[in-house]
Amino acid sequence: MSVKKNYVVETIRRAQLAQLLAEGKRIDERALDQTRPLTIETGLIQKANGSAKVTLGNTQVIAGVKIATGTPFPDTPDKGLLVVNAEILPLSSPYAEPGPPSEDAIELARVVDRGIRESEMVDLTKLCLIPGKNVVTIFVDCNVMNVDGNLFDATSYAVVSALRTSKMKKYVVKDEKVESTEEWVPVPVERTPVSVTLARLGDKMIVDPVTEEEASMDMRITITTDDDGHICASQKGEASTISPAQVLEAADTSIKVGKQIRAKILEATK
Amino acid sequence: MVEAKKKLIDGSGKRLDGRKWDDLRPISLQVGLMKNADGSAYIEWGKNKIMAAVYGPKEVHPKHQVLPDRALLRCRYHMAPFSVDERKNPAPSRREIEISKVIREALEPAVIVEDYPRTAIEVWVEVLQSDGGSRCAGITAASLALADAGINMRDMVVGCSCGIIEDTVVADLDDTEDKEGSGDMPVAIMPNLGQVTLLQVDGIYSREQFQKAFELAIEKGKQIYGMQRDALTMRFFGGEATSTQVEEVAE
Repeated sequence: MSVKKNYVVETIRRAQLAQLLAEGKRIDERALDQTRPLTIETGLIQKANGSAKVTLGNTQVIAGVKIATGTPFPDTPDKGLLVVNAEILPLSSPYAEPGPPSEDAIELARVVDRGIRESEMVDLTKLCLIPGKNVVTIFVDCNVMNVDGNLFDATSYAVVSALRTSKMKKYVVKDEKVESTEEWVPVPVERTPVSVTLARLGDKMIVDPVTEEEASMDMRITITTDDDGHICASQKGEASTISPAQVLEAADTSIKVGKQIRAKILEATK
Repeated sequence: MVEAKKKLIDGSGKRLDGRKWDDLRPISLQVGLMKNADGSAYIEWGKNKIMAAVYGPKEVHPKHQVLPDRALLRCRYHMAPFSVDERKNPAPSRREIEISKVIREALEPAVIVEDYPRTAIEVWVEVLQSDGGSRCAGITAASLALADAGINMRDMVVGCSCGIIEDTVVADLDDTEDKEGSGDMPVAIMPNLGQVTLLQVDGIYSREQFQKAFELAIEKGKQIYGMQRDALTMRFFGGEATSTQVEEVAE
């Protein structure tokens, strides 16, 4: 992702990484299923309803939540709107460019959105004000500030942390009209989805790859799990394959690592 | 997830269209219908009607996209404005851009791109009518179109989606089941190499349901692979095709 493919360097580095992995080692001395240090700072943008800055190793993402009211989608008249978007900013990497979102940025936004949506993290039925006419709309926009691999997980953690700490105006319906009160209430958050991404290099699977590992990886798989260890979203990426056994192995790793990350997110956002 | 108005599975285990939990919708495949394309395939899968065409290997434009050691595989999944209930804006949506990417990444492991350095191979997937599982149907047709174009391949690619409706794992969701059910899992495989080339999941699955749906998708994919082989036999050898006949020809 946003990594310029340099064939010569990539090929040489790939052989080095594969050799290290064969000995069970990684370039930054992590275990294969070990994530990088994760720090979460919330409430840094006062003008947003909620915000979070997530630092995962050298990858950094800021998510901001803006909440208003609007019309619902015609096929879900009794549900609020939750839209997650992500942008890979030109300041985040020498290889990122301004302009319309790249294929990578669109995939990033959609995969993160899927994890949040499918886990039913926010109870959207509680955000309906006048069915078919007026609902609460939540937009979560993510700015990737620094790219060093695994944007999927860092962005997802930023969205979850921002939503968990967001406050919205309490809306009341009077005479078929929506009025905003001065009272602040939390967003109806029910679940804590956690996304875990693994990269495959040769026959080894590694958790939370850095840019250099991503430049050499064959395949990437992101799996999002919820508080019950249920799987609620997944996406395989890159032009290579994964064996059925590796898919199940990745699912088990995601459930295990997801638990550790969830504890950190809950601690940082309580 | 929308509360299902009608039960998607009735008391006797029948789905809305009468299928059992592991039944596929009717599938028909035809290869080589397009005159200009180097390879093409048309698939009807339930109400899906999809044409896939391949052009290439050809010169790469713009030139800076040339890959020195392999072919550049381009892929576009596009839905016709009339393919869905409400007219779809013909401009590529974010959904179509993502699906184009995952289809390309599902096909590329099967294409021996190293055999065609400095060229482009273009795969155009046009959804004329959409039902559930159009990306899997598109992949199944695109793989046939690549074979029809004579592109060197390691294996065919075949897609099938499984999912969850009424807390039951089922094969091959149609439009209604996709929208009102509680999970959809498109999977594409290379059946002979036993590798997965596309996996997307949404919905809520227990670990057991996840495995069951995933393994069901692989099993159904292998079944559809038989139909792919029949379609290729029809294209190149004519007559009544069966999977066994293909094996004889291959020998």
